[in-house]
Amino acid sequence: MTTPLLYAGGGILLFSIGLHALLIRRHLLRKILAINIMGSGVFMVFIAIGARGTDAVGDPVTQVMVLTGIVVSLCFTAVAIALTIRMHNLTNCTTFATDEESSLD
Amino acid sequence: MTELFLHQQWLIWLTLLPLGAAVAAFLAPQQARWIGLATALLLPVCALAGILSVTLTHADPITAGGWPTPLGIELRRDGLALVMLAVTALVGFIISCYALGYFPVHDRHYDKVRYFWPLWLFLWGSCNALFVSGDLFNLYVTLELVTLSSVALIALEGGKQALAAALRYLFIGLLGSLSYLLGVGLLYGSYATVDIALLGEMISATRLNHAAMALMVAGLVLKSALFPLHFWLPQAHTMAPAPVSAALSALVVKAAYVILLRLWFEVFPALDTFAVGHLLGLLGSIAIVWGSLMALRQERLKLLIAYSTVAQIGYLYLVFPLAQPETMAAAWTGGVLLMMTHACGKSAMFMVAGTIHHTAGSDRLSRLAGAGGPVGVLAVVFTLAATTIIGLPPSGGFFAKWIFINAALVTGQWWYLPIILSGTLLAAAYIARVLGWAFLDVKRSSYPVIPWVMKWPPLVLSVIALLFGLIAYEPIQIALIGAPVHGSIMVEMTP
Repeated sequence: MTTPLLYAGGGILLFSIGLHALLIRRHLLRKILAINIMGSGVFMVFIAIGARGTDAVGDPVTQVMVLTGIVVSLCFTAVAIALTIRMHNLTNCTTFATDEESSLD
Repeated sequence: MTELFLHQQWLIWLTLLPLGAAVAAFLAPQQARWIGLATALLLPVCALAGILSVTLTHADPITAGGWPTPLGIELRRDGLALVMLAVTALVGFIISCYALGYFPVHDRHYDKVRYFWPLWLFLWGSCNALFVSGDLFNLYVTLELVTLSSVALIALEGGKQALAAALRYLFIGLLGSLSYLLGVGLLYGSYATVDIALLGEMISATRLNHAAMALMVAGLVLKSALFPLHFWLPQAHTMAPAPVSAALSALVVKAAYVILLRLWFEVFPALDTFAVGHLLGLLGSIAIVWGSLMALRQERLKLLIAYSTVAQIGYLYLVFPLAQPETMAAAWTGGVLLMMTHACGKSAMFMVAGTIHHTAGSDRLSRLAGAGGPVGVLAVVFTLAATTIIGLPPSGGFFAKWIFINAALVTGQWWYLPIILSGTLLAAAYIARVLGWAFLDVKRSSYPVIPWVMKWPPLVLSVIALLFGLIAYEPIQIALIGAPVHGSIMVEMTP
């Protein structure tokens, strides 16, 4: 097993762990963390793919893609945290309310 | 003069102008309305000029920044991009007019007015950028931009339910795009390119590529809310302000679908898509019936329209099983036609729902009683827009369904016929239910005055949706420029 393959496998593992946590954790902050772990997994797969070549530097294109991806994920995390804080201020609650249908007016 | 006009790089302005205007509107909130309106007036002109310059001249391909293609980014100028840009420009213009009335200057909720315009212009610019993107990674970035601005727009109301809907949409959107991105990574690992055209030439049916296809399709299906992954859509589209709901249903859902359409017909043909295509068709069929049944059960107008969107997305997914070799062009054209006409009809319906909410104080169907009288124009706009959702001739929805039925019969997939027919009947039922309330003879004492921009602009979209079948020839001719499909649209059956 080569090193890039190890990293790619690790990335897929991180993606799966994050997916699992995103689906079953109810606390919003945990969900945000889970999404970030999933993102890191995807970025690790990209880096592993870029490192497969023979030269020591690796493929700059995948590194550029990962940088872009990190910026996107940073923006999303910021928005998600802002929304979570706003929701906590309004409802004193850090999970999705279960009775959303009750009072739509 | 004409030469100069046609050789401008109009398609670049379609992205740059709204993004620039969004920043301007954010920095100068007092002028945001006028910046928004000016942009909304200019963008349809740019879109029209862009279409003319592509159809009349064979100008050089546009590359952003002038870098040559392997390194630089080439803009797609094929028919699908052009018609989607045109529809976005039309729907966006009407939504902007409507929003002038929906978010009045002296509003108690000043924040809403202040943040609507920059976010809406960001959304518009990102949609335009998505439609002209030709490589998988740019599609990822533009899709994220679309999602990010949609999330903020859904949260605009600021209530706890709006926040919850926005946050849920954010998680769903991120999950979908990360799944898509992982697929992109796997493809890049095999072929060292993310250009759709190049990938289409090189791709072969390996196991890794099938895994990539599964990840990308799953992500995009989640983002375009196909049953059973539609659970986030009704809340998100209902909690948003009316102009935002219109934009979400008309444009944002279509953005993910356009990517899938491009992938399916340009990258995936070399792969074994038999099972995936039929699975998407099955889920689409369930979406049609389930979405329509749920729409029939709703007590609130906006929820009814949102579930109707779920059903209409189901029709879009019938394209994939119906695109057999002999009906490739038919299925593709039907899908594009349905996208265009649904965008016009559904956005008009959401705007009417917003106006009714505004006048009657609630969008409960029971509050519609007697609405046929003083605000009768709303009932007319709603009905005309609904013709295309039901699929009555001569609406575009009718022709799209006709093409689908033809393709289903030619390819021997008769089971889609009862699905399409029952979807049509159920749609007629839930629309008739709304109209039944509206035409109840109830004396209503007083209605607040509705600004004219909230009444008449949606009517334009309704009339276009109704008559789209009659004028569909030109848009379809444009859509077929550089299309990945060949053959006739209506295929004759041989017994």
